[in-house]
Amino acid sequence: MNSKSEVPQAAEIDGEQPLSANQDEPEIHSIEVPMPAVIDRDLLEHIRPVLSELEKNVHSPVTPGIVNFPPFRVTAELEAEASKRIVMYPAEQRRSAVLPLLHAVQHKFGFISPESIDWIAEQIKIEPIKVVEVVTFYPGFRQKAPGKLHVRVCRTLSCAMGGSYELMDKLCEITGIDRSKEDGHKDTISVSPCGNFSVEYAECLASCGTAPVCMVNDDFHEGIAANQAQELLDRYQNA
Amino acid sequence: MSEITYLPGKEPHPREHRLIFKNVDREGWNTSIDRYLEEGGYDMLKKGLGMDPKDVIGEVKTSGLRGRGGAGFPTGVKWGFIPPKNTKPVYLICNADESEPGTFKDRYILHQDPHQLIEGMVISAFAVGAHTAYIYIREEFPEAAITLEKAIAEAREKGFLGQNILGSGFDLEIYVHRGAAAYICGEETGLIESLEGKRPYPRIKPPYFPAAMGLYMCPTIVNNVESLCHVVHILKMGGDEYVKLGTPRNSGTRIVCVSGDVQKPGYYEIEVGKLTFQELLYDVCGGPKDGREFKAVIPGGSSSKILRCNETFKIGRGDDAKDLSFFDLPLDFDTLAAAGSMAGSGGVIVMDDSRKMSWVLNNITHFYAHESCGQCTPCREGSTWMMKISDRIANGTATPEDVKTLEEVAYQIDGKTICAFGEASAWPVEAMIDKYRDELVSETSEENDFKSEEREEQEKFLQPLG
Repeated sequence: MNSKSEVPQAAEIDGEQPLSANQDEPEIHSIEVPMPAVIDRDLLEHIRPVLSELEKNVHSPVTPGIVNFPPFRVTAELEAEASKRIVMYPAEQRRSAVLPLLHAVQHKFGFISPESIDWIAEQIKIEPIKVVEVVTFYPGFRQKAPGKLHVRVCRTLSCAMGGSYELMDKLCEITGIDRSKEDGHKDTISVSPCGNFSVEYAECLASCGTAPVCMVNDDFHEGIAANQAQELLDRYQNA
Repeated sequence: MSEITYLPGKEPHPREHRLIFKNVDREGWNTSIDRYLEEGGYDMLKKGLGMDPKDVIGEVKTSGLRGRGGAGFPTGVKWGFIPPKNTKPVYLICNADESEPGTFKDRYILHQDPHQLIEGMVISAFAVGAHTAYIYIREEFPEAAITLEKAIAEAREKGFLGQNILGSGFDLEIYVHRGAAAYICGEETGLIESLEGKRPYPRIKPPYFPAAMGLYMCPTIVNNVESLCHVVHILKMGGDEYVKLGTPRNSGTRIVCVSGDVQKPGYYEIEVGKLTFQELLYDVCGGPKDGREFKAVIPGGSSSKILRCNETFKIGRGDDAKDLSFFDLPLDFDTLAAAGSMAGSGGVIVMDDSRKMSWVLNNITHFYAHESCGQCTPCREGSTWMMKISDRIANGTATPEDVKTLEEVAYQIDGKTICAFGEASAWPVEAMIDKYRDELVSETSEENDFKSEEREEQEKFLQPLG
């Protein structure tokens, strides 16, 4: 199944068209997710037009931000980091290294891809599903590409009283981000169409006295009122 | 030692008593070990390693130090829970997963004074016999994680960490372990599960303390950053001297973090129980914003029960019983518990009369719905229902019945879950409904009651209630 038009329409499912028309190859089998094993920037151009409705609705790592990050591959640097982290824990407790390894991967490759999960599982000698359950639990790990600048705005009480909702609205307005597709639990990141920016609400960044606060990538910024949003982004744009 | 000066605009208030925050915002201060050593840093480590571990625990018990993470449990007593005949390795974990909304004290220790924490950890590890310690730091402090790792490397170079520390024969390694933005990792058994590389589902109690069975099923002590730093000062002053700070049963200093609608929000290190809310909010924090009045205060992080500023509390029992207005309440563990709330983690969130309680309630329920780990049904489902109902109240589409339902849901979570998150999510809701019921009900309307045709059909056959 290669194009959107072949996705079974509601009418077909309702039985408007006889199923026998496609008896040799039942529709359900033809819905395959055309994600390549390794996300390649050149391939991306080919992938995007063929995304089916189904794929759009399942968690896909592909966002306009994907161009900011190299595809996952095991580098010497990553291996060195992994061995440094694994020795922090007793030899029979390698599993403890799952969070540090995920952090190392996310820091370098922007998000946790399926290939990286397999690699981490191999490193710490556990089943990949045990890595997946950790990734899907923590809000700190993402499975889709953020923008080059990922802004996390604190939405908890003190910051909300200080105006963090307004800050978020302003950031979205400046960067053209549409947050309507977001859902508070599964899909918390919204990426701008240009792929340069993404925003997310964070829960309490622990600086309630200087509300509203936000983080841009790994940098912390305090007391950012909505009218300073442009200035904040400019600091990075010009850097 | 020269006179301590602070950065302009960051000077401590005269009512403060700075022990832990002595070096925070200090002029000419940096995080290097040399700067820390200049001020007599790591002297207490030398003193501690020369003592018997039992005596160190004894000093901490004498000092009456109560854990600064939220529960206020005596630290020395907790250390004493390690089984005496234990043969397994003992672990010390520093809980630096500061995530209680309203609390922001650990941030400054971790970012500005990492060596104080390391010194406290070495002494504590020596006291409890741990040879491996982890600092579980929240993911949102990436810079602090780097600062800490650098500080640990420096300390090791100087021989304060590693094998045979300063020739005492005591070995200790400290590692930094970064969390991943989950509030539940602040719960000690959840933290341990997370450190083991699993989902941070809190463990079933008993054992009530991981001192019996913790990390990798070995005895484990989990302490808050601030508590571990206090250990340094307890050794410096001696337990007998330290206990004189603060008030009886509430000894020492603690960092109160004030945020929200006050003139000067910020962190203030005060002697426990020496300040009342009147003094804290008016004298130290400069009172409400112009033209406003204080309405409500959350005294110990968002999980603590809200207090109304025009309330009167009965404190004490029998002959000691007295009525205290909100502003006369001293900020200590026991008084706040008697007032029906808790001192928790020291995060004071202040709301003035411009705030709608429905909005505040809604913000808090969103937080708890997001952070519930999903292990226990009452909390997982209940926190989401509370969020949905409070959404309706906040956007004006609720019926008066919704307030009752919300209260019912809250009371069905409280006490029915594995960890304290259940209470943490239910208490604020219970308290807010209890204290602001009229305000919440006034924002609802009978007209919002939706009756489907089906329901109307059914109701034809029902007798109206009462």
